[in-house]
Amino acid sequence: MRDFSYLRANSIDAARQAAALPGAMLLAGGTTLIDLAKCGVTEPEIVVDITHLKGLDGITVDDRGAMIGALARMSSVADHAEIKSRFPAVSDALWQAASAQLRNMATIGGNLMQRTRCPYFRDPANFPACNKRTPGSGCSAIGGVTRGHAVLGTSEACIATYPGDLATALVAFDAIVHLGDRQVAVDDFFLLPGATPEREHAIEPGEMITAISIPASAAAGRSTYLKVRDRQSYEFAAASAAVGIEFEADGRTIRDLRVALGGVATKPWRARAVEEALKGKLLEPDTVRRASLLAIEGAVDHGANHYKIELAPRVVARAILKMGETA
Amino acid sequence: MTVHDVRSRQSDSKRGDSKRGDSKRGDASDGAIFAEAVGGRLSRVDGPAKITGAAKYAVEQQLDGLSHAVLVESTIAAGKVRSIDTAAAQASPGVLLVLTPDNGLRLNTATDWLGTPPPDIPYCPLARDVTFSGQHVAAVVAESFEQAVAAAALVKVAYDETPAIVDLDDPKAGDGIPIDTMTKEWGDAQAAFAAAPVRVCAAYNTPREYQTPMEPHGLIAHWQGDQLTVWEPSQWLDGMARTYAEWFGVPFENVRLVSPYIGGGFGSKAFAYGYGAVAAMAAKMLGRPVKLAVTRPQTFTAYGGRAATRQTVALGADAEGRIQSIVHRGVNETSVDGMWVEPLGSVTSIMYATPNFSSRQNVVRVNTVVPGALRAPGENPSAFGIESAIDELAYEVGIDPLEIRLRNYAEQDPEANKPWSTRQLREAFAAGAEAFGWSKRAPEPRSMRDGNQLIGWGVAAGTYPVRRAYGEAMVRILADGSVEVESSSIDMGQGTYTILAQTAAEVVGVPAENVVVKLGDSRYARAGVTGGSRLAGVMTGAVHKAATAALDQLVGLAISDPNSPFHALQANTLVVANGRIASPRGDGPEVSIAELLGSVGRSQIEAMGDTMPANSTADDRYKNYTTIATALSHTEGDYSRHSWCAHFIEVRVDEDFGTVRVSRVVSALDSGRLYNPKLAESQWKGGIIMGIGQALLEEGIVDRRHGRIVNNNLADYLIATNADIPDIEVISVGIPDPHSSALGGKGVGELGIVGVAPAIANAVFHATGKRVRDLPITLEKLI
Ligand SMILES: Cc1cc2nc3c(=O)[nH]c(=O)nc-3n(C[C@H](O)[C@H](O)[C@H](O)COP(=O)(O)OP(=O)(O)OC[C@H]3O[C@@H](n4cnc5c(N)ncnc54)[C@H](O)[C@@H]3O)c2cc1C
Ligand code: SF4
Repeated sequence: MRDFSYLRANSIDAARQAAALPGAMLLAGGTTLIDLAKCGVTEPEIVVDITHLKGLDGITVDDRGAMIGALARMSSVADHAEIKSRFPAVSDALWQAASAQLRNMATIGGNLMQRTRCPYFRDPANFPACNKRTPGSGCSAIGGVTRGHAVLGTSEACIATYPGDLATALVAFDAIVHLGDRQVAVDDFFLLPGATPEREHAIEPGEMITAISIPASAAAGRSTYLKVRDRQSYEFAAASAAVGIEFEADGRTIRDLRVALGGVATKPWRARAVEEALKGKLLEPDTVRRASLLAIEGAVDHGANHYKIELAPRVVARAILKMGETA
Repeated sequence: MTVHDVRSRQSDSKRGDSKRGDSKRGDASDGAIFAEAVGGRLSRVDGPAKITGAAKYAVEQQLDGLSHAVLVESTIAAGKVRSIDTAAAQASPGVLLVLTPDNGLRLNTATDWLGTPPPDIPYCPLARDVTFSGQHVAAVVAESFEQAVAAAALVKVAYDETPAIVDLDDPKAGDGIPIDTMTKEWGDAQAAFAAAPVRVCAAYNTPREYQTPMEPHGLIAHWQGDQLTVWEPSQWLDGMARTYAEWFGVPFENVRLVSPYIGGGFGSKAFAYGYGAVAAMAAKMLGRPVKLAVTRPQTFTAYGGRAATRQTVALGADAEGRIQSIVHRGVNETSVDGMWVEPLGSVTSIMYATPNFSSRQNVVRVNTVVPGALRAPGENPSAFGIESAIDELAYEVGIDPLEIRLRNYAEQDPEANKPWSTRQLREAFAAGAEAFGWSKRAPEPRSMRDGNQLIGWGVAAGTYPVRRAYGEAMVRILADGSVEVESSSIDMGQGTYTILAQTAAEVVGVPAENVVVKLGDSRYARAGVTGGSRLAGVMTGAVHKAATAALDQLVGLAISDPNSPFHALQANTLVVANGRIASPRGDGPEVSIAELLGSVGRSQIEAMGDTMPANSTADDRYKNYTTIATALSHTEGDYSRHSWCAHFIEVRVDEDFGTVRVSRVVSALDSGRLYNPKLAESQWKGGIIMGIGQALLEEGIVDRRHGRIVNNNLADYLIATNADIPDIEVISVGIPDPHSSALGGKGVGELGIVGVAPAIANAVFHATGKRVRDLPITLEKLI
């Protein structure tokens, strides 16, 4: 870690201006930023503390949807009564993320911006080659330890998994990232690595996440987040699924379905093929299992992460069937 | 220092509750009447200090002029350091010293823990020849920690890299070096195996595993002239003090190690390591105290975890499952330049009766830090092999896994050919099976389920030898009637403060809350290593002896001193109870200890006791406390001494996801007499919890291109969380074992983990029909 200057922003505009300075980085809960600074991955010259900004930690929910301020804590959102009832998958995803201590510190804006857990990305002293950290330097992961790496959305330049849980739920329900006045669909906010894995988000220097909104929908109201991992708690997903469902009046025919995958792709992964295959169909185990295989269309493994290709559709199927059970 | 003054205040266990719940659990330890007597359920006396943060750990000491050292580690696994460019680091703000192999002090090589005299070659804690990734190659000392970190990143090391042998599977690794002392043979094992009607043979692997104590390692070193004080978490103050003394060529007495609290060691804190030499060297060169805190990632390479192991176990049996032959071959990895033997045949040779046996072991050199001790070194992986293999045999023969263990019960030590001192393993099987409900088990794999969850029940046994040594303790009876115990032994959470207070309280006849136990300072009465579950037996014996001598002096004074109120009584003896002295028949006066000492004009009574043989020399004593050369074999004399246990475990395996969750554990354990059942139960449970992590989660993952551990942090090296641990029921089936220790206890701390991993693997097989022989049992192995 090297010396940096510390600025406490007292308005959103001041924060944005400061964030536009070369070498500046926003500091919210700090659970990603400080961690990566200790690893030598981020070396901010200016740390712009936004935690004192007023009015950015609100959570409001009405019939149109939810509006969550960028500084709302993960634990506050997870525990919010209206989020729990109208967006159960969002609350579930947050509860199953990180640990209690981290959830109490970490913010929603910071959460979206968390970086990959690729061990090579996190160890610059030993692995100088990392296209995400140093464009053009190569990828240390390919050919190395890849158990946690992505099988979807990878490129020759980078196969790092996007590790977050919340964003997986958000992408399923068409949430919107508010960058002040500019709004970006969450699915567009996260970028595929392609040839430029260093560019992860559709956010420009001097921009800041101010809020996230999630439109209300029947599917969001009947949703779940299923996270599968070796350890029961405090571990990133081996594979996860955010699923929301709406039935026709018969209570069995699927009218609307939302499916997104976590832990297996380079960005929060919306599985529209599964959704389309099941819309208008009766919710039956065999149909659901077959359709869930579409979730991993085009998947490519790198050896040790092959199991994710097996696992992901099963997680999707289980989550969809679970939503059916509570009909 | 006040931090040492741990008073045994009662918290939740008051007098008289020591039997709470014990009889139902078959606790056969001789139930003491008072919580504070030996055998009572006194709560940890150091608990409040730890919970409230009052307990100061080694690197938390505040010293004037403290400077901070940060290590620079190798980024290659094999090769030579060509050059180190320190210019930028030297010029960095606050930097006091940049240490490289070329500018340090000349240190001596020190005696090893076995007492082997060292070669007369210098010891350099910073490597020129790199033998593993993460090795210390340089260090930076600065005014502040942050300055040292920043400067360390500026040290430029150039290497000439050579190909590394990355692990046991590396084609360059070869078969390794046969370790002849590990060879055990009787009968004709190969022939008997070949002729056996039922045979199983399989390979069992365990990966690199790490101790991951909550408190990472580190120290503060401070020289005053040629006197060195080291604050460092330590499982062996006198052993480490000796190492520091020999490195720097000063007398043993000149080194003081202070370590009142230890945040877990699990085998990793018994030795002084290279970073300790670096810090002490820097402190000497700078004439200032130096703090060096090992970072969490560095705890994976600054010293070694458990070596990766490979075993092949072949069992030949008759049609009823009676073992005719065991053929066992083991391999563990060691480093290129150090030797670690993880004794893989240790359980294999004693668990079951067999007329024919063969076990051999090789050690393979790879480019890793020299492995070290991790809870039950040897017994732990050994049990994974034999206890998995006998389970496979049970299915092959078609009998219950518990029944096959009873059918092959070893009535005496098959290897040493001696009777067991005590072996309550049959009782453990019975008590565990009863409490678990084993008789309701459906024998077929995949025959028990709950929705998507396949349910499996597994059993496995475990054992650990009773390691014995001689101990020393100082006991004082002070003017206020309180008792003080001093020992340079330590408490890393296992309960030394508490059980020594109980021992002294019982012997002298005072409430335990009037006993102050002082540990963790090498100026106190000497002590050998706290490891191998030996400390409780050694130290209760020593404190018992010293306290008895102090009591004898007290009673002697009371009887014979002309100013004693008992002088006129002409009694032969007196009794001391609850801090008061009286004649046995109750005639005559009754005074408190304080009153007696006041009337005879004594400020204190002091007795040093040790359990060394009477004719021991000063050199014998020094050896006893600073090496393990004088430790007594567990099979010395007429008996073979071991602790035993049986684990019954239920797992739930999600059939789609392959995830394994342990849903029930019942373990019955024989640790002989328990000095404090509450603490023993906690230790057993701690071992079982570590065993669950070992079975399902823990694995140091090596990048095979770079020979480097890539999950060197607690987010990626997974240990069990609370959510992974169900309620654990432990049942004590021990009886006092007079051959094992002065007060009848055997070992507690190492035992609990032994056998947990195979019990889980066996349960997973019962649940799924899949036999996983490679730890950990992660989801992709079952999906
Ligand atoms: C050990 C560990 C385990 C974890 N496990 C999980 C898990 O299981 N699931 C999961 O989802 N997450 C997990 N996390 C990640 C955790 O959720 C994130 O670290 C956290 O949400 C980040 O929020 P923060 O407020 O602390 O962000 P910070 O660390 O303050 O910031 C993170 C990044 O976002 C930027 N930033 C912050 N706020 C804004 C803003 N308003 N606009 C634009 N940029 C901004 C910062 O500049 C920085 O680059 C884990 C983290 C750790 C350390
Ligand atoms: S996978 Fe991506 S983040 Fe990981 S080393 Fe390769 S380029 Fe870097």
